[in-house]
Amino acid sequence: MTPTLGLRTIVAVVLLLALVLLPVYVEFTGSRFLLTLFTRIVILAIAAVSLNLILGYGGMMSFGHAAYLGIGGYAVGILAYEGVVTGFVQLPVALLVSALFALVIGALSLRTRGVYFIMITLAFAQMTYYIVAGLARYGGDDGLTIQKRSQFIAPINLSNKVQFYYICLALLFASIYLVWRIVNSRFGLVIQGARSNDTRMRAIGFPTYRYKLTCFVIAGTLCGLAGALLANHTDFVSPAMMYWTRSGDLIIMVVLGGMGSTFGPLFGAVALLVLEEVLSGITEYWQIILGPLLLLIVLFARGGIDGLLGKVRHG
Amino acid sequence: MTLFIEQCLNGLQFGLLLFMLAAGLTLVFGIMDLVNLAHGSLYMLGAYFAATFAAWTGSFVLGAVLALGATLLVGMAVEVIAMRRLYGRDHLDHVLATFGLILFFDELVRLIWGAGGMSLPLPSWLNTSVRILPGVDYSAYKLSIILVSLAVAAFLYVLVMRTRLGMLIRAGASNREMIGALGVNIKLLFTLVFGLGAALAGLAGLMQAPILTVQIGMGENILILAFVITVIGGIGSIRGAFVAAILVGFIDTLGRAYFTDLLRLAFTKETAATAAPALSSMLIYLLMAIVLVIRPEGLFPASGK
Amino acid sequence: MADLLRVENLSKRFGGIVATDDLAISIPEGELHAVIGPNGAGKTTLIAQLSGQLTPDSGRIYFASNDITAVPMHARSALGLARSFQITSLFLDLSVLDNVALAVQARAGHSFHFWRNARREPELRDRARASLARVGLSARAELPASALSHGEHRQLELAMALASNPRMLLLDEPMAGLGPEESARMVSMLRDLKKELTILLVEHDMEAVFALADRITVLVYGRVIASGKPEDIRSNAQVRDAYLGEQEAVHGG
Repeated sequence: MTPTLGLRTIVAVVLLLALVLLPVYVEFTGSRFLLTLFTRIVILAIAAVSLNLILGYGGMMSFGHAAYLGIGGYAVGILAYEGVVTGFVQLPVALLVSALFALVIGALSLRTRGVYFIMITLAFAQMTYYIVAGLARYGGDDGLTIQKRSQFIAPINLSNKVQFYYICLALLFASIYLVWRIVNSRFGLVIQGARSNDTRMRAIGFPTYRYKLTCFVIAGTLCGLAGALLANHTDFVSPAMMYWTRSGDLIIMVVLGGMGSTFGPLFGAVALLVLEEVLSGITEYWQIILGPLLLLIVLFARGGIDGLLGKVRHG
Repeated sequence: MTLFIEQCLNGLQFGLLLFMLAAGLTLVFGIMDLVNLAHGSLYMLGAYFAATFAAWTGSFVLGAVLALGATLLVGMAVEVIAMRRLYGRDHLDHVLATFGLILFFDELVRLIWGAGGMSLPLPSWLNTSVRILPGVDYSAYKLSIILVSLAVAAFLYVLVMRTRLGMLIRAGASNREMIGALGVNIKLLFTLVFGLGAALAGLAGLMQAPILTVQIGMGENILILAFVITVIGGIGSIRGAFVAAILVGFIDTLGRAYFTDLLRLAFTKETAATAAPALSSMLIYLLMAIVLVIRPEGLFPASGK
Repeated sequence: MADLLRVENLSKRFGGIVATDDLAISIPEGELHAVIGPNGAGKTTLIAQLSGQLTPDSGRIYFASNDITAVPMHARSALGLARSFQITSLFLDLSVLDNVALAVQARAGHSFHFWRNARREPELRDRARASLARVGLSARAELPASALSHGEHRQLELAMALASNPRMLLLDEPMAGLGPEESARMVSMLRDLKKELTILLVEHDMEAVFALADRITVLVYGRVIASGKPEDIRSNAQVRDAYLGEQEAVHGG
């Protein structure tokens, strides 16, 4: 239970260092594409961190988490379209709306368990998708271009790609740290206990519903932040951001990286997105490989990358 | 008025189509406790097979029959190769593994058939109208969908309520250990049930092909509806799936048809035109939310869960 | 002395099966009251209703003179009513100490604290360790609960029930599956606990029951067929026929 300097910590530290030094590498090699790729990885890692909180630690299998990416993104996009380009308004709105949606969806979904819960979160995410796709004013199915990124006060300039990358990276570090503190707090132990044995938790005196709901809202809000960042990154938002298969991608990241571990979501995001890049370079039909790969992971490497790294240490 | 009757029939037809899709899903979940996200892929394969075989043989019906057989075979193959290893595992594992299968099938279809989608034209003898009531003409094909679906529903009813296999299915839905104790060949039973579910999905897929779509990703779109229906109806319950499917079919169809008009009563033409499609899509999820609040286990929950 | 727990006309059906049939029990404070009966007598169902996991169809449950029939499960522990489970129901992927600490935490105000490391909070950890020491599991505190033997699981169950500082314990077959040595240990532990707590003990182990119980209630098919002091129960002909006969055959008297 006490953290030791095992292989997984070493790999994590090396990876974090590499991420910090990436722009330097890009500067030398001129490989701008790498910066774009890794900005995206970092942003999605934040989303994965948020999902890991409810899925990995809380055992809440939400299949609609990508909805918050879309909500956060559209908050930025819609406000920008209506002329409100200041990040000081866009960001709080993105977070607030994400939190509200998570509150309503969570309040209804957490009345169910197991597979029902999976299906319900899935359906609610689709509902959000349809709402957004129906907003003709904001592009509907085609999406909405963002002319100007979120404006803050100088020297912060999100259009500067390197600066933007570091801002996202800093937010990723902060998210990992925040989630780490939460899961080890009293609140976090309740969440973990509820995942482990919900009936027992209630028997010993915890009204688990309100804790799970709170956790769900925190995760949704954090994912909304990722959505706002993603909107700035792509200068574009579309309903596709929240299609349920995107939620599947997030789940893959969390499981691939190792559920319920501190750095798992980061491992998973890096692994999945790098794998996608590599595989799509080999064949156009790379998902044919990814699909069965996922199946194999589920069957044989359930602990994900983090689990494998842990095993190596113990031999 | 005739338009209303037509819309009601459309709602019925859509609902019955959804029933066939949901029935397979709920069966598989009820008996094998397996959450199968790739159910939509089998629906998609049914449509693609039908389009291909119909083009090869020149006959719509023959193409449909062959497609049904092909989907059944694919379903059983998937069960033997992949699903078997998932029984008894966490539902999360099912979701992940079958999600992987979705990716695989989507890409496989793109590889074999290309990204463009296909079409399945109706033969002339089906591409007509039938006078069902004085002054009311309805598409012959849609009528045949209704009839075929009702026949399938009746078949399922007889199967589940009157045969030994059905007894095992019902026993399984409420007590999984019992089938094992009865000394039944579980492996075979599971393969058959999964195959049946696949066939139902494929049938739904090929039947809607001429009037709706044959394209990659069609499975994902409709899978959600199927899951919503199983939740509303109660997981493991065919009867629940039937009632919920008809309900959903009506609400969705009538909603789309009349919501715009309803909204125009209160709002401007543009607002109504914009909001209507979005809101009518939402109606079903609203229904699900209401059911969840009032009766989380579904309308007709299979007992012993 | 006032009854700490009083149950009146409790009834519960599952479809066609009557699990609890017009049941009444009164337990004064400080008593160890055993509930015995053949399998299927509804003993676990009774505990489930007392702890709030199941809602009775009719009847009332009074705890410390308050009607708790409608009080939800998670609130009963705060009232001082703690329960152990017949089938081990622990947090298997957490450590032994975490398990007990959670039980302590449940009684230590709300848990909407997001920052401080709960595993370093002395008020939680110390109380948890004390509880573990009570049942003799101190040496196993840092292990994952899944690593414990069955007997140790039963001990952990008891430690968790104790950790919430209850006035009354509902113990559902704490000795299930224990060997003779472990059973003897559990009996002496319960004998110590008797001095400070009221206990409702559901058990099959007759030696333990007769060694510990102040009074015994016998349940058959959800109905009370006899209730009284151990000597009276032992000599009750009806009880012997219905139940004790088989037990004596098994235990040899």
